[in-house]
Amino acid sequence: MTAVFVELARERILHAAANGGALRLRGGGTKDFHGGALQGEVLDTRAHAGIVAYDPSELVLTVRAGTLLAEVETALAQCGQMLAFEPPHFGTAATIGGCVAAGLSGPRRMQVGAVRDFLLGATLMDGRGETSSFGGQVMKNVAGFDLFRLQAGAMGTLGVLLELSFKVLPLPATEMTCVFECAAAQAIDTMNRHAGQPLPISAACHAEGLLRLRLSGNEAAVRAASARLGGTFDDSGAQFWNDLREQRLPFFAGDAPLWRLAVKSTTPPLAAAGAELIDWGGAQRWLRSSEPTRTMRDKAQAAGGHATLFRNGRRSDAFQPPARALFALHRRLKQTFDPAGVFNPGRLYPEF
Amino acid sequence: MIASTAPRSTPSVPSSASLLRELAALLPVGALLTSVEQMRPYECDGLSMYRRLPLAVALPTTEAQVAAILQCAHRHGLPVVARGAGTGLAGGALPQEDGLLLSLARLNRIIEIDPLARIARVQPGVRNLAISEAAAVHGLYYAPDPSSQIACSIGGNVAENSGGVHCLKYGLTVHNVLGVRAVTVDGELLEIGGPAPDSAGYDLLALMNGSEGLLAVVTEVTVKLLPKPQLARVVMAAFANVEQAGIAVAAIIAAGIIPAGLEMMDKLAIHAVEDFVHAGYPLDAEAILLAESDGTPEEVAVEIEHMEAVMARCGATSFRTSCDEPERLKLWAGRKAAFPAVGRITPDYYCMDGTIPRRHVGDVLKQIAAFSTEFGLPCANVFHAGDGNLHPLIFFDANKPGDLARAEAFGARILDLCVAVGGTITGEHGVGVEKIDAMCMQFTTPELACFHAVKKVFDPAGTLNPGKAVPSLHRCAELGRMHVHRGQLAHPELPRF
Repeated sequence: MTAVFVELARERILHAAANGGALRLRGGGTKDFHGGALQGEVLDTRAHAGIVAYDPSELVLTVRAGTLLAEVETALAQCGQMLAFEPPHFGTAATIGGCVAAGLSGPRRMQVGAVRDFLLGATLMDGRGETSSFGGQVMKNVAGFDLFRLQAGAMGTLGVLLELSFKVLPLPATEMTCVFECAAAQAIDTMNRHAGQPLPISAACHAEGLLRLRLSGNEAAVRAASARLGGTFDDSGAQFWNDLREQRLPFFAGDAPLWRLAVKSTTPPLAAAGAELIDWGGAQRWLRSSEPTRTMRDKAQAAGGHATLFRNGRRSDAFQPPARALFALHRRLKQTFDPAGVFNPGRLYPEF
Repeated sequence: MIASTAPRSTPSVPSSASLLRELAALLPVGALLTSVEQMRPYECDGLSMYRRLPLAVALPTTEAQVAAILQCAHRHGLPVVARGAGTGLAGGALPQEDGLLLSLARLNRIIEIDPLARIARVQPGVRNLAISEAAAVHGLYYAPDPSSQIACSIGGNVAENSGGVHCLKYGLTVHNVLGVRAVTVDGELLEIGGPAPDSAGYDLLALMNGSEGLLAVVTEVTVKLLPKPQLARVVMAAFANVEQAGIAVAAIIAAGIIPAGLEMMDKLAIHAVEDFVHAGYPLDAEAILLAESDGTPEEVAVEIEHMEAVMARCGATSFRTSCDEPERLKLWAGRKAAFPAVGRITPDYYCMDGTIPRRHVGDVLKQIAAFSTEFGLPCANVFHAGDGNLHPLIFFDANKPGDLARAEAFGARILDLCVAVGGTITGEHGVGVEKIDAMCMQFTTPELACFHAVKKVFDPAGTLNPGKAVPSLHRCAELGRMHVHRGQLAHPELPRF
């Protein structure tokens, strides 16, 4: 079945390239709402599924891109391990390929890193129907450019992901959540101060007047840290972090445009209380705002980062275009991987 | 000392005198070196078996000078090789005879440390360790710690995506760099990443890390700083054979522990080190493991006990666990001095850098021992066991005819073996000129073509660090070396395990 998929994908790519067509690469479609325009005939990657190799003592998992994210996480959990970047699913149909293409990471990102940090290698088919592998299945590898990391967040514009290798980590022995009542500005200061201390904080979020800190690690360490931090113990902490990761908190409900701003973690509050949710220890801000795109972009840029119109807005405004010189490199990279412009046109930027 | 390629006496570019005058005018007085004596220190990097003198050496002090130099070189089609501290082990900073060597060593200012945001902005010539030293007053440090960290510069670390002893837990350079400013081959400034956790569009920052100076010249680096762990302790465990030590490495990881460092040394390395620094390693052991735990005192106590139990089950014959900081440093001193210690007992050594899946550690070490007999050259093994990153040190004598060639052939066999078991030819030292032929083994023609195409995206004329990191397809074809494709071994004589 997987060999059939690879051959079929190749035929469809070559056909589209020869006829000025486009392919819309799609796993479970759980992130269809995200990014730029959806264009082209669907190439459903779910036929290319299955775990290829997983040896827990190697901390490495190799999986076909169409595999369900839930299936991957279950297999890891059975061996006491996890995808440490806590990718959001946004639905049970989410695939691991879609997870990489969207490049989204959850609450633990502030402690351990993002999708791209855990990718060790990728096999992909480019716009010429050529299959290439970059990186590998080992922890350290500096042979060749890191073209596999380039796939994280590329929204499928550079090729069809076939196989992905990840570094995985042990599940923490213990987790607990402490809650503190405070305003946003104070929460930002507290999060940054704590992050500069050797404390096992694996997530830090301020929402609706409450600062939550999650502690993860061995029991002794978590207990000692919670005694030091104080606050109230939140016995529904696990539920909270999962709802944050999956955007099921009340903050995310409704039809107002949802913006994601990645900023320097010490940036002061960017909106009135109630309109901003602060995650990643201050570095990721979720805003509900109908302000013009330009305003949001400027706000993010002034804070050392960029703004993404995540949901409920004009699709062509989804991602902030990089500066002119960098954008020229983007175009040329796209041209290199996908000369005929077959893959997901407009999904990242309207220009390609 | 190894025979050097004879420097050319007169540059072949006809207008070189006027070109050199033009370059000199862009730099402070005395910052363009052109005499053989002045340029001699730049003829090689840490891989001293390859030596070449450049046309000239430029020592800019500002980003604007770097851009001006690159613009000028671009106009004249002059090849440019960027260099940091010159500690690289793969010849990545080997000059081009008809080109300019661009040293970033004088861009050596720490621009800003923001303790609350845990970020440092530094120029590329700042030494790796200097960042941690400057951040120490805030209880912070920069995590990647290549063994050359007292000398190597952060710009070079970005170029090589350097690792170190602690990267199993804390990551490589790519995981600890938030942004760079870089100048393209035609002198345009790129700002990639910054203080935010990610940036819009393609992850060009990931592309810059480990690009070996082929894509752009880094002029500023923003790095992440981490809080210094409250406590670190190390356990040294002795084993009666290397297989058991290899099994213990996998067992520690399988037990859900990510040690801050997990290093292995074999008997030859242990003896070399003991004679040199007297770290207290057991001379009767066939292998030792050094396993470090860091964190809060509570965390460390639990983890150390856990690791000792796991290693005891795997057959460790004795343990020594550091009780205080001096003892911890003493136990590490042996590991850190391993390369110089080996340098005392052999006229020359050749350091390899393959990475393999950890489950093959025991078998690969056995095979390396067999190669050692076959080539008649001793080989000591010191390596980052937690990452599966091997550093076999092949002993040879450059003054003995044929020894270097045999050492290189031995090394190539080790790299072939690493690829055959699913690993890579370089874990952290880079490809440079040294492993360029081995790249033909690891990658297929379309993959290499893709690397060339990406290089062209940044540097269409190919004048930035030419001839490094990615072999020409022609070269691979000439060598007749075939990529191991999906289990079809190019070298069926190698045992498969």
